[in-house]
Amino acid sequence: MTENEPLLSVHNMEKHFPVTKGLFKRQVGAVKAVDGISFEVYKGETLGLVGESGCGKSTTGRLVTRLLEPTAGKVFFEGQDISHMSQGHLRPLRRDMQMIFQDPYSSLNPRHTVGAIVGAPFRIQGVQTEHGVKKAVQDILERVGLNPEHYNRYPHEFSGGQRQRIGIARTLALKPKLIIADEPVSALDVSIQAQVVNLLEDLQKELDLTYVVIAHDLSVVRHISDRVAVMYLGKIVEIADRKQLYSSPMHPYTNALLSAVPVPDPRAGRGRERIRLTGDVPSPLNPPPACRFHTRCWKAQDICKKVEPPLEELAGGHRVACHFPENAPEPAKAAPAVPAQE
Amino acid sequence: MTAPLDVSGSASEAHPESVLAGAGKAIQGRSLTRIAWMRLRRDKVALTGGAVVVLLILVSIFSSPIISAFGHPPLEFHQDAIDPNTLLPKGAFGGVGSEYLLGVEPINGRDIFSRIVAGAWVSLLIGFLATLVSVVIGTTLGVIAGYFGGWVDQVIGRLMDVFLAFPLLVFAIALAGVIPDHGFGLEGNGLRIAMLIFIIGFFSWPSIGRIVRGQTLSLREREFVDAARSLGARNGYILFREVLPNLMAPILVYATLLIPTNILFEAALSFLGVGINPPTPTWGGMLSEAVRFYTLPHFVLFPGLAIFITVLAFNLFGDGLRDAFDPRAH
Repeated sequence: MTENEPLLSVHNMEKHFPVTKGLFKRQVGAVKAVDGISFEVYKGETLGLVGESGCGKSTTGRLVTRLLEPTAGKVFFEGQDISHMSQGHLRPLRRDMQMIFQDPYSSLNPRHTVGAIVGAPFRIQGVQTEHGVKKAVQDILERVGLNPEHYNRYPHEFSGGQRQRIGIARTLALKPKLIIADEPVSALDVSIQAQVVNLLEDLQKELDLTYVVIAHDLSVVRHISDRVAVMYLGKIVEIADRKQLYSSPMHPYTNALLSAVPVPDPRAGRGRERIRLTGDVPSPLNPPPACRFHTRCWKAQDICKKVEPPLEELAGGHRVACHFPENAPEPAKAAPAVPAQE
Repeated sequence: MTAPLDVSGSASEAHPESVLAGAGKAIQGRSLTRIAWMRLRRDKVALTGGAVVVLLILVSIFSSPIISAFGHPPLEFHQDAIDPNTLLPKGAFGGVGSEYLLGVEPINGRDIFSRIVAGAWVSLLIGFLATLVSVVIGTTLGVIAGYFGGWVDQVIGRLMDVFLAFPLLVFAIALAGVIPDHGFGLEGNGLRIAMLIFIIGFFSWPSIGRIVRGQTLSLREREFVDAARSLGARNGYILFREVLPNLMAPILVYATLLIPTNILFEAALSFLGVGINPPTPTWGGMLSEAVRFYTLPHFVLFPGLAIFITVLAFNLFGDGLRDAFDPRAH
């Protein structure tokens, strides 16, 4: 997997939303929604992006699809720098990069029929289809498990799960290479979530898709991802293979997140120690200096307040940004980079 | 004894989908507009209002055959119906009877029924066209302000404030006083009607504009707009295909509610003598003449009733439309 070129690669991407005040829109600060993150997505894999509300997951998704323009840093899609590309130049690229939205009630225009919604990509991109748009749309509807005869129905006539399938059908219309799924199942019933997640997996196999799945539900991410990146306050704190991350998380924050996942079997959950984080997530308007997690971390020491831990590879493909990582392999643990500056 | 249920028969072969949708028929979805119409059809009050509106439109279109069938020409004097000593109409209640359905005017004896029928088209024409003007201006500026935001929104927002704060009545009176007799290829009352449509429409657009702006602001943040943008749609596509269809319902509703306001405004201007010049019959003008004869109730009553019924009918219909399109409003 790691041998080939990354389909998407992000370098030190930042997005600061200015906060203005007064009549003349004087800038008094900035919400640092995404503050310098880097990651790669390889062809055919699924990268899960997890974190609490407000940590910048969705902003990352919108930056990568260029619904927002990054303040700094670079985004490469298939080797092309798209970070500041104009909408006109982006248009042809958009065929290869699609987005699934969180809320199936707001992502479908209530005034359009299913046929118009799923057919919109063809119309917008001016793509010719072999047997007409209607046939193409009906094929896609069938593929995502909807009745193709529902072509003339309106979104409000469908359930949440069906509506999300319509949204997925729309993203598939132009046969994209990369799909960014922003909380694709969090608005759905638990029983429906599994169906939609499985649909996404089946489609990935059939159509050779690459996914970036943004979610806050660790179980969903575990189920669908090959690699997982954990975000906290606009930074990636840990990125690793799914198995490594879930079995031996290195960052204390990841550890805390994982310990909070409910275990269905009460007996199995009894012996487990749950890590309770105290306090709230600090405001991204004024994030804590150096390691952003030090205000809530039980392992925090002076260095965490002074030196920002870099995102370093401690084991094969397992990168973590922490001065005192847990579960770290012996050589890495022996030399925690603690410069003597006290 | 009832026959045992045949479970093995055709029942198991029918697909539930086809049974629900009506077998053989292509599945046709119900649009939100159709659902709104179905809801409106159950609203008796709104339907009555709508029926009256339709009746009024028909009356104003077919005013001349109606007048020739049931009355006398609206400008014709009837001295025979006037008592030469008092100059008041002969007979009870201002001469109401089979000859003059709603009686006659004092002094000159013109047929009130004919004048009300003939006055309908001025009221409706100005009501509709002035509303059309404000809908066009209000929708265009409202959508632009709401969609593009930023300084564009600031400029248009302040413009709306200026128009809302403008003393419209005073301005209209001043402007109507200086309308020339000729201009823009029109003359006389034709020009005055055009000017009234323009003045009323031009000053009532902020009410529509604000509603459209607010709706656009909320629509712009919906994910289907992001979806269209992530597909590479241009602003024009998003505005016309994604945003505007969702604005049609509120525009229709508030336009329907703006029509009676504009009709009232025209009546007020005609009442003040700065609207349509006599002798062309208008409801406001008739009221204005009637106040000199306040002892004759019918003379005030009938044009007043005409305005009242028209405004009420439009308002009831508009309220019904609003309920039908947005049942969550209550």
